[in-house]
This record gives sequence, structure tokens and C-alpha cells, in this order.
Amino acid sequence: MPKALLTIESLVKNYGGGAVLNGIDLTVYEGEVLVILGPSGCGKSTLLRCINALEPIQAGTISLNGEPIRRDSKDLPRLRQKVGMVFQSYELFPHLSVLDNITLSPRKAQRRPRQEAEAEALALLDRVGLKDRAGDYPRQLSGGQKQRVAIVRALIMHPEVLLFDEVTAALDPEMVREVLDVILDLARQGRTMLIVTHEMQFARAVADRVVLLDEGRIVEEAPPEEFFDHPKTERAQRFLNTLTFETVKKKAKNQ
Amino acid sequence: MDQSVLREYLPLFRESAWLTLRLGTMGILLALVIGILCAAVRYFRVPVLRGIAAAYVEVSRNTPLLVQLFFLYYGLPKLGVRTDPAVCGVAGLAFLGGGYMAEALRSGMEAVEPIQMESALSLGLTPVQAIRYVLLPQAVSVSTPALVANVIFLLKETSVFSAVSLMDLMFTAKDLIGLYYATTESLFLLVVFYLLILLPVSALGSLLERRLRYAGSGT
Repeated sequence: MPKALLTIESLVKNYGGGAVLNGIDLTVYEGEVLVILGPSGCGKSTLLRCINALEPIQAGTISLNGEPIRRDSKDLPRLRQKVGMVFQSYELFPHLSVLDNITLSPRKAQRRPRQEAEAEALALLDRVGLKDRAGDYPRQLSGGQKQRVAIVRALIMHPEVLLFDEVTAALDPEMVREVLDVILDLARQGRTMLIVTHEMQFARAVADRVVLLDEGRIVEEAPPEEFFDHPKTERAQRFLNTLTFETVKKKAKNQ
Repeated sequence: MDQSVLREYLPLFRESAWLTLRLGTMGILLALVIGILCAAVRYFRVPVLRGIAAAYVEVSRNTPLLVQLFFLYYGLPKLGVRTDPAVCGVAGLAFLGGGYMAEALRSGMEAVEPIQMESALSLGLTPVQAIRYVLLPQAVSVSTPALVANVIFLLKETSVFSAVSLMDLMFTAKDLIGLYYATTESLFLLVVFYLLILLPVSALGSLLERRLRYAGSGT
């Protein structure tokens, strides 16, 4: 039995009167890649933001290794260091060079010496093919490069779990690949990851388990092959149908 | 223009320019401190204090400095607070400038997307570290042109100091005109000295703006 790393119990998040997340129970095990799918507005991104305590929650608990993640916790910065997050819009710091973007948090939050942090940053940049861009500013990079830097910036904190919030949604198609390859490489290393994405092929390739979220609830949970080939629920079938254009053509031909 | 008169007045103007610069600098530094506090209180929506800060900004920006100085100079003694003219001048300038500085800084802070702060927090930085290393550098960069404009504006506003018997540049010029009718020479020196103070400030400001404009935009 693998060890439970992240545990979410009965999570409720309300926003402006309505419930965005309506009783989520979810456990992420060590070394597991969990992909969260769902139509827009289903609460996927909100769920990731709650895990990082960026959103106040109304009920339920979120804990990492048994330690509760709460917005009022004095320990929150230390817990957040263990939860790496990568945003759709990259959110690099525009006033800092690539190298400083990456080393800011290890130096300030973890009090690691500059030399050591920079050495690790350069090694990680090398892994994602961006070592020669260390001195550049974010504005000089393409979207795909920015996102790879953002991933490195999360990795250098040695997080126990990584959260990816639609990290390729803002990218031009030809840049999606370079970012997804980095994430696939992380999966091969056995990293624990929670991935929100709209890239179905990628989801199928990377996921150990797929969760479908709709109207703030988990409606289906299955291994990727099962989920994509034999979805159990009607909701999952409908969701997958909206993504394939093939079905529409077949219907037209039969008529 | 009588050159001997110019030479005779020069030391007087130099002395009063020094006073203008000294009080002006103190007032502006205080205004910056007030501005930072008010901007922070309003940006982070601190209950109660944000209302006070908002009211202060409106009062300070919508009343003339002359009125503020009269209030301090003639009003406070009536309330039993003794004030000397220099303290009045600095306090008045700080009161006026604080409102302007607060708004310049606040607009800079609000120009930084909130998700930048979230990104910093998600990396495990404490809120104070996130403000110091991520929010403020970007906010100051956006605010710099407005802050520089405020500094120049406040230095010019010191010309009202003469109204509370401070011997600033304006006071000296008016005094000499009144005493010796040396109108042309006095006004000439007045303009020259204001320019001597303000042109370097202006140039320094442009330099600062260029140094701090790191990116334009693009996260």
C-alpha cells in the first residue's frame, strides 16, 4: 500500500453564494500522478488553489503528511515550500533575471547560500534546456521557455508534491510539447503530481489515475485507460464526447 | 539689471535656498513615510485604518498648502500646542505630500497583479518577504514617475513657507523688493535659485526612472 501524501476530506469552498467545491474527498499517494479533468468552471483550478491555501475554505480539511494546511497557520510558508505550484500564466517575477527568479525562494525562504542555490538552479535549467538563458529577463523568453523556468523555480524548493494548473493553456501549440516533455520527465522520476489540464493525449500518457470534476464534485475516478476507453458514468461519457469531433461525423454519415 | 546689487543679494539668496532645500527635503522624506504607510493600509484593506487613510488623503490633497500652514501656525497655538515656523513648514509639507505620495504608491501597488503575490507565497516566502522582494520592487518601478513629479511639486510648494515667516527664497525676494525696490534683480535671482534646486532633481528623477524601468511588461 503506497503512502498517502496529500489528503483532502469533505472540502467545501463557496464563492459568492454558490458552492464551487462541494464535498471533495481525495487522496494522493506518494509517487502518483493524478490528472484532474473537467469542464471549465468545474472547480479544478480552485481545488489546486485551495491545496496551496491561496483560497479560504468553508469546510473540510487538507493535509500534507498528516499536517493540516490552513490559511491561519503560522507554519504556512514552511508547508507551502513542500507544495510546488505552477500557474497557467507563468507568474515569473518580471524585475528579476531567470536565475534570480529561481533562487529567490531558496535563498530567502530556506536560507540556502547563494552559491549553492545558483549551482542547483543552473543544473535544473540545464535539464530543461535553458542553461544559457540564466541571465535573461522573463520578457526575453517565449511562453514555453517561461513556463519551463516556472517549473524549475518550483522544483528548486524540493517540494513533495507539484501542482500544475493548466500550464499549457496559454501557450502556442508548438510550445506545448516542450513543456509537457518536462512534466513527463518529472513523472518518470517518480514525482508526486496533481495536474489540471485540457490536453487529453497528455493526460492519458502521464496519469496514474484520472479524476473527473463536475459542478464541484468528483463524478468519476479511474485509471486513464479505463477512463478514456470505458467511462462508467454518463457524465464522463458526455465530457469525452465534447472533446472528439469524430462522433459528430459518424452520426452525420449514418443519417 | 544692476550687477552690484546681484552680488550683494547673492549670499542672502544662498542662505534662503539652503533653508528651502533643507525644510523641503525633510518634509518630502516625511511625506514618503506617511505615503508608504497610507498606501499599505489601503492596499491591504486594514480595517478602520484604511478609512482614516482614505479620509486623510482627501483632506490633504483637496486643501491648499497655505491653508494647511495657517492652520498649523495660527490654529495649533490656540489648542495649546506651541510650534515654531520651521516645524510648521515641515509638518505642512509632509501633510500635503503624504496624500500625494500615498496615491502614487498605491496605484503602483495596484498595477501589480495579485497573482504575483500568490506566486511568491506559493513558493514558501513569508508575506513580508513576498511584499519586500516581489510586490514593492515592481510597485516602486511603476510609481517612480509619479513620485518624482511629487518631489518636484512639493519643492515648488515650499514657496508658500514665507507666509509663516520662514526665510525661504520667496520670503527673501519679497523682502528685498519691499525694502529696496530691486524688483528685477530679486526676481531674477529667485528664478535662478529655484532652477538651481529643481533642475538637478528633475534630471536625477529621469535617470532613476530609466534605471528602474526593468521590463515594461511581460511576466
